[in-house]
Amino acid sequence: MDYETLKLVWWLLVGVLLVGFAIMDGHDMGMGVLLPFVGRNDLERRAVINTVAPHWDGNQVWFITAGGAIFAAWPLVYATAFSGFYWAMMAALWALFFRPVGFDYRSKIQNPIWRSTWDWGLFIGGAVPPIIFGVAFGNLLLGVPFHFNDLMMSTYTGSFWALLNPFALLAGLVSLGMITFQGANYLMMRTEGDIYRRVRTASMLSGSLTLVLFALAGVWVASGIDGYVITSAIDGNSLPDPLYKTVVVKAGAWMLNYNRYDWAIWVPIAAFAALGLGVMFAQLKKAGLAFWSSSAAAAGIIGTAGVSMFPFIMPSSTDPRSSLTVYDAVSSHLTLGLMLGATVIFMPLIILYTSWCYKVMWGKVTTEYIAANDKSAY
Amino acid sequence: MLTEELVDLSRLQFAVTALYHFLFVPLTLGLAFILVIMELTYVITDRPIYKDMVRFWGKLFGINFALGVTTGITMEFQFGTNWAYYSHYVGDIFGAPLAIEGLMAFFLESTFIGLFFFGWDRLNKWKHFMVTVLMAVGSNLSALWILIANGWMQDPIGAEFSYITMRMEMTDFWAIVFNPTAQAKFVHTVSAGYVTASLFVLGISSYYLLKGRDLDFARRSFRIAAGFGFASALSVIVLGDESGYTVSESQKAKMAAIEAMWETEPAPAAFTVFALPNEAAQRNDYELQIPYVLGLIGTRSTTETLPGIKEIKDKNRTRIESGIHAVVALERLRKDRNNAQALATFEAHKADLGFGLLLKRYTVDVAQATPEMIQQAVDSTIPRVAPLFWSFRIMVALGFAFLLLFGLALFYSVKGTFIEKKWLLRWALWFIPMPWIAAELGWVVAEYGRQPWTIYGVLPTHISVSNISVGNLYGSLAGFVGFYTVLLVVEMYLMTKYARLGPASLGTGRYNGETRQSGGGGPLPAGAPANRI
Repeated sequence: MDYETLKLVWWLLVGVLLVGFAIMDGHDMGMGVLLPFVGRNDLERRAVINTVAPHWDGNQVWFITAGGAIFAAWPLVYATAFSGFYWAMMAALWALFFRPVGFDYRSKIQNPIWRSTWDWGLFIGGAVPPIIFGVAFGNLLLGVPFHFNDLMMSTYTGSFWALLNPFALLAGLVSLGMITFQGANYLMMRTEGDIYRRVRTASMLSGSLTLVLFALAGVWVASGIDGYVITSAIDGNSLPDPLYKTVVVKAGAWMLNYNRYDWAIWVPIAAFAALGLGVMFAQLKKAGLAFWSSSAAAAGIIGTAGVSMFPFIMPSSTDPRSSLTVYDAVSSHLTLGLMLGATVIFMPLIILYTSWCYKVMWGKVTTEYIAANDKSAY
Repeated sequence: MLTEELVDLSRLQFAVTALYHFLFVPLTLGLAFILVIMELTYVITDRPIYKDMVRFWGKLFGINFALGVTTGITMEFQFGTNWAYYSHYVGDIFGAPLAIEGLMAFFLESTFIGLFFFGWDRLNKWKHFMVTVLMAVGSNLSALWILIANGWMQDPIGAEFSYITMRMEMTDFWAIVFNPTAQAKFVHTVSAGYVTASLFVLGISSYYLLKGRDLDFARRSFRIAAGFGFASALSVIVLGDESGYTVSESQKAKMAAIEAMWETEPAPAAFTVFALPNEAAQRNDYELQIPYVLGLIGTRSTTETLPGIKEIKDKNRTRIESGIHAVVALERLRKDRNNAQALATFEAHKADLGFGLLLKRYTVDVAQATPEMIQQAVDSTIPRVAPLFWSFRIMVALGFAFLLLFGLALFYSVKGTFIEKKWLLRWALWFIPMPWIAAELGWVVAEYGRQPWTIYGVLPTHISVSNISVGNLYGSLAGFVGFYTVLLVVEMYLMTKYARLGPASLGTGRYNGETRQSGGGGPLPAGAPANRI
């Protein structure tokens, strides 16, 4: 496979990993967001938590692997984004700390204060990371203040608080809504009774809200945000060197791909359609279909951000030529090929055995089950 | 600006988070296989006590595992947050094993750990056993890939520098995978994990035996731990020796510092058992040596010499002086990649580029480096001797102590009299923390001993860090220390609580302090009295 094709394939694969993360880790993070509100007593909360008990750890690996894949495929993005968004990353990591210990330690002690503390810990671990990742995506669309020197050392010149601008916060809310919707639909499949009724309401509410916020963000991008355009010739097969190109900032540039490629517009359309269908299926009590709809919505929303910015990954607002793109932020031909091979071998296996685990553990988690398995359940 | 303070704090934060993460890793690596052994015994013999053993030790495994996962998240992202230039410079090589670790190992381990805990009633016993095996294999495979990545930091083969992309690029993946340094590290590290877990099980079982409770349960656990522990303690020493041999091949400065060997000695060199290294005078104030031993371990010959610190420094001075030309030519090439003259100079001195970059610590413009700066750079190529010398010796002494302990435990297990040997049980109980100390010291020897490099001979630590403000580092370091302290207190509390509670925590009604009616399990099957010795 030639270098240019591999670069494009890896843009898709990173997208696939992020979507996988949103679908899989998304539903247990969404569980965390909803936990304090849909579980009104200890047994109910335990029932909610135990819907993901056997799976949250495997799901979290989507996050770890997405991180590892960005390191391997886009080392400059890994280096520049994570060091630039330093406090955002720290906040996301620290919020994630609450999950493993929250899950495993919560029910090992009877004390109600102990248990309620970890419930809110799971809430933080479920709500904060999606907001931060959404905010990060918002800032990527806006452009990030960073530049490289001749030896490719990056310097980020913004502040943490500058990340929390209105557009990025809106993107954070879209992300939070999307994850909550995903979690609610998952819980609809795995719970019954009062909990089921509450998560169904939460699903319709979060799905509708996400739809409105996503539309709002779309209008904002189309009308109020400057995009970026590469003005020098692009040689997809050249060795990656971000400083070897010229880039200009241009109003409306993030909409250009929708004119250039006929298929591009179907990505946001799919996101809207999936959100709408998801709400409708929740209304009709078709939990499984609602879950697949919100999964498709996650793919559509993340895809929309990717397609709008293509080929940019991380534009620089202060030194546009330092911008990182699909063509020049990547690792070598050999590494990309090798990593593609590893992904092609392992990804189907992962999907296969993960599905098997869900199949083994499938079924409604009831408060009666929790009471009967007091010592072994979370 | 990359100040000394920024670099030191970045290193401190990495050391704190890595050492802390490594409090949980060795137990996971080893306990997973002990669970496999116990469960295999269960599926073969069908005796419920072995299932109880898997479930109880599994509970402690879970408490430990939760923090392993928590602190592992930090490690996966800290290269980006705090070591940005490192991530750019070597991500093409270093990122790949990390990503493969996720795809091949973490998914396997983390997906099946869920079924391990919650699948007992939904899987038949053979299927559950397979789940436990896959979980154990997954955790050990993750150690393989992270040590392949780390092995490359110690011995960077299979890669080449490109001045166009301004980074190291992979040229031979399989050379990186089968790097002898990486393979030696992998087997040494997982064996250390097996020792840690064996001593954990041995010590806690000894506690029950000393208290005279859950005797049958403790006795069987003790025997499994003694057998597995003895084999592991033996291999950790043998494979540690292999690791030492690869170090003397690829990292002569680390070897010399570990051995406090200032001068090149005639072959075969003596092994220094005890010394007071004097950094300022570049000699040992007092030393006790065994002739020939070091030469034999380090070179496996009687004629090869191991270079001393002073000889290594002389060679490094030449390389730094040559490296200056490489850096200067590279900086010209970065401004104009078609400069043929700069390219020719660069190619001639490329092998010493890393040594030239050492001077970036003292001056931005390497061409202007003064003789004093060069001298400082030369001195910096040898890590500080005393910490390495002592870390290594304490680690090795502990290794032999483990071998002795497990040897005795196994001997009395076979004789069947270990329950009467109170001194042995007490020794095992009080020795529980020691494998952790040995493992942490092993990390110090390997990683502190790699200084002043992040990638040995290629990329100096000083320029590897993210160019962020020192205030960020103080804040995040305080955050990590705060979080980790609280988490450690919680974990130790739960671990102690459940270890004290013992198998009664399963609620089967079969164990110490339980009345037969309580809990979900039924009474014992006939012919299996709980407290039979």
